[in-house]
Amino acid sequence: MYKIVSALFLAENIKKIEIEAPRIAKKRKAGQFVMIRVGESGERIPLTIAGSDPEKGTITIIVQGMGKSTKELNSKEAGDTVSDVVGPLGAASHIEKFGTAVSIGGGVGTAIAYPTAVALKEGGNYVITINGARSKDLVILEQEMKAVSDEAYITTDDGSYGFHGFVTQKLQELIDSGKTIDYVLAIGPIPMMRAVAEVTRPYKIKTVVSLNPIMVDGTGMCGGCRVSVDNQIKFACVDGPEFDAHLVDFKNLSDRNKIYQTEEKQSSEAWVHECKLFKTV
Amino acid sequence: MDAQHITTKERLAIPRQVMPAQPPEVRIYNFNEVHLGYTPELAIQEALRCIQCKDPVCIKGCPVNIKIDQFIKMIAEGNFLGAAKKIKEDNVLPAICGRVCPQEDQCEKMCILTKKHESVAIGNLERFAADYERETGKVELPSVKPSSGKKVAVIGSGPAGLSCANDLIQLGHAVTVFEALHELGGVLVYGIPEFRLPKTIVKAEIEGLKQLGVKFVTNAVAGRSITVDELLKEEGFDAVFVGVGAGLPWFMGIPGENLLGVYSANEFLTRVNLMKSYQFPDNDTPVFNCKGKNVAVFGGGNTALDAVRTAKRLGAEHAYIVYRRSEAEMPARLEELHHAQKEGIEFMLLMNPVEFIGNDEQWLTGVRCIRMELGEPDDSGRRRPVPIPDSEFILPIDMAIISIGNGSNPLIKQTTPDIEVSKRDTIVVDINTMATSKDNVYAGGDIVTGGATVILAMGAGRTAAAAINEKLMGSDHDR
Ligand SMILES: Cc1cc2nc3c(=O)[nH]c(=O)nc-3n(C[C@H](O)[C@H](O)[C@H](O)COP(=O)(O)OP(=O)(O)OC[C@H]3O[C@@H](n4cnc5c(N)ncnc54)[C@H](O)[C@@H]3O)c2cc1C
Ligand SMILES: Cc1cc2nc3c(=O)[nH]c(=O)nc-3n(C[C@H](O)[C@H](O)[C@H](O)COP(=O)(O)OP(=O)(O)OC[C@H]3O[C@@H](n4cnc5c(N)ncnc54)[C@H](O)[C@@H]3O)c2cc1C
Ligand code: SF4
Ligand code: SF4
Ligand code: FES
Repeated sequence: MYKIVSALFLAENIKKIEIEAPRIAKKRKAGQFVMIRVGESGERIPLTIAGSDPEKGTITIIVQGMGKSTKELNSKEAGDTVSDVVGPLGAASHIEKFGTAVSIGGGVGTAIAYPTAVALKEGGNYVITINGARSKDLVILEQEMKAVSDEAYITTDDGSYGFHGFVTQKLQELIDSGKTIDYVLAIGPIPMMRAVAEVTRPYKIKTVVSLNPIMVDGTGMCGGCRVSVDNQIKFACVDGPEFDAHLVDFKNLSDRNKIYQTEEKQSSEAWVHECKLFKTV
Repeated sequence: MDAQHITTKERLAIPRQVMPAQPPEVRIYNFNEVHLGYTPELAIQEALRCIQCKDPVCIKGCPVNIKIDQFIKMIAEGNFLGAAKKIKEDNVLPAICGRVCPQEDQCEKMCILTKKHESVAIGNLERFAADYERETGKVELPSVKPSSGKKVAVIGSGPAGLSCANDLIQLGHAVTVFEALHELGGVLVYGIPEFRLPKTIVKAEIEGLKQLGVKFVTNAVAGRSITVDELLKEEGFDAVFVGVGAGLPWFMGIPGENLLGVYSANEFLTRVNLMKSYQFPDNDTPVFNCKGKNVAVFGGGNTALDAVRTAKRLGAEHAYIVYRRSEAEMPARLEELHHAQKEGIEFMLLMNPVEFIGNDEQWLTGVRCIRMELGEPDDSGRRRPVPIPDSEFILPIDMAIISIGNGSNPLIKQTTPDIEVSKRDTIVVDINTMATSKDNVYAGGDIVTGGATVILAMGAGRTAAAAINEKLMGSDHDR
């Protein structure tokens, strides 16, 4: 059992949760994730480590309620527990002094990009962050991002805050302004990562994305998390999750992530129904 | 007839006792164990068949040299608990090995009776004695030597790790087992299905180790949560045993392998066994809905048979084994092959897939296969399958499960570069001690041999435990 130390909604449906996990807190590096099993009958779901406090022995995750497992996790409060937390998993982000690095986060992807943005800054880069959300109330980590950025931009699809448009439009604007960009990190929904890859491809800007295939063990045993990169099979939980955006087969990833759509809907509806019965939400 | 007054002729006249089993038409609808076990009467009958050879050659066929003649004699005399104890002198997991050892290639192959009659059912008897002991609640904990003050870390809780931990704790060393998953037991829990090896048995064996004082830490991934060097330098362990098993599954590298509905056997079995997705939605982890579908498993080993029989139990209309050689070359246990045949598994032998075919939504709809014939023997001594030209055809399937073996898990190699690995990334050891190239680090099981067997992994764990003890206590420890 792993104890939740604090839990706080950052936006509707997006919760920041701090969990006791001393070994992981001590070891984790930017770009790595944990697998969490909320309860004894739960699935193992991957979640990026957004931050840690080695002294306190805690890690922080930022979770978007998508289906049963993430909604159940987001119903937890300080003092509650989850059954299992294992990590840190995945290869750490490759950090070097690239020069000017742009970190792009879309939706909850902002949370996943945040630790790497911090590491890029510590690595001596000029860091530009672009964080996109559908609308103003879904913007997360604005202050944190500002604090690690040399330039920070917010974009909203509906124009309710910051730049009106997509993160890719902002990126294109930066490129067009004549800025030399040496490195781009993009994390968010698959269509967004794919669009970023297409923006940077003609300029040959090194672009890295963090992929989110469905995982089971997360330790390199099952082969379920395989993705196609440069027409080769790679395993996101041990070879990734970060890969060269220009070599990733995004279409295949987005197809494969739909495999359990029917079952996911069934679980999620059953859970919401149960919660209504017991009035826990 | 009793054990004292029976002639060899009378012994030889007793037919091999068949172990009662669930009928095929019943068991394909449940995940309960296929075999029901011997009754005491059946066990005694079977034990009486053993002619108690002066030179019991069966023992040479057992990788851990169980005193087979002696324990069988005890069963024949009705001393079931004594038999269990005798077996446990050499094998800590008899209820498991009795069920899953490929006996026809090991102990039973060597049994003298095999030449003219059927061999003694050594595995069945071993299982009986162990089950009897456990079910009657009379398991006696072995004695543990006084504390040596030494600490050993075991990485991985599969059969190699468990047997190593068992021997070390009895020798008086403090043992902590670090396991990556949330459950203990390795392939015994996530690979081999419930209908072949009930998980309560694995749990009971592990419970026994806990009572002896072995500490277990789940959710601890060596190389990630903690490295071998940290265990040795920071956490004060005097030695480390690495028993992390085989690693990532191999794929075939043919077109269409990333279509929806194409699984590795590891993923399919892990979802069903470890994550219990056969109880979806009561358990949250889903798996491909096999009901009424056509499922093909590619491969011919134990894993392939476990996968295909699991798919059948999940409701598959047609469950095929597609194997590129013939039945004689299948590496699976013979008994499982027979069980599968009775369960209506369809064997497509001498066929090889060349391409998976999908629809517009990328769901698998079929597999293009080519027929094969057997040519000259290859390196493994088995006749090499060669494609027959122009013999391609399409088999309509909704799900494919690839079961052609595993590579090695890369985590230890990536994080402990001073442990020497082979070209296949298996860990290189001295087979007499299981010592790796790194001081005080030992390894055994599938990570050394590549995918092998439970009993070989256990044997390796024991060899390592003996060598570790030797190393820790110096040469004068047994004087
Ligand atoms: C390396 C990695 C890091 C991630 N980090 C974060 C994070 O920091 N915050 C966050 O909110 N989300 C993160 N995700 C996504 C998160 O794991 C999924 O949203 C979650 O598993 C969905 O489970 P569910 O039951 O709530 O939803 P479901 O209804 O089951 O699924 C919703 C969608 O999530 C995906 N999904 C489902 N099951 C899994 C699974 N076992 N593994 C991976 N994806 C799955 C599928 O694409 C599915 O369509 C990450 C994913 C990966 C692979
Ligand atoms: C489906 C299937 C059916 C089989 N059927 C039979 C059979 O009938 N008879 C038979 O004799 N053999 C059978 N085998 C083979 C047999 O199970 C293996 O040879 C045996 O389990 C190997 O034991 P092991 O201890 O080396 O590894 P494993 O059993 O694989 O255990 C390794 C353990 O280490 C853990 N681990 C891995 N990496 C790390 C890490 N970095 N840190 C911490 N822990 C880690 C794993 O999670 C696992 O629990 C079968 C195998 C499979 C897959
Ligand atoms: S452990 Fe395996 S090989 Fe040895 S006697 Fe038992 S069944 Fe036979
Ligand atoms: S070889 Fe066969 S008959 Fe002889 S002792 Fe062994 S089991 Fe008994
Ligand atoms: S999640 Fe199983 S191998 Fe990556």
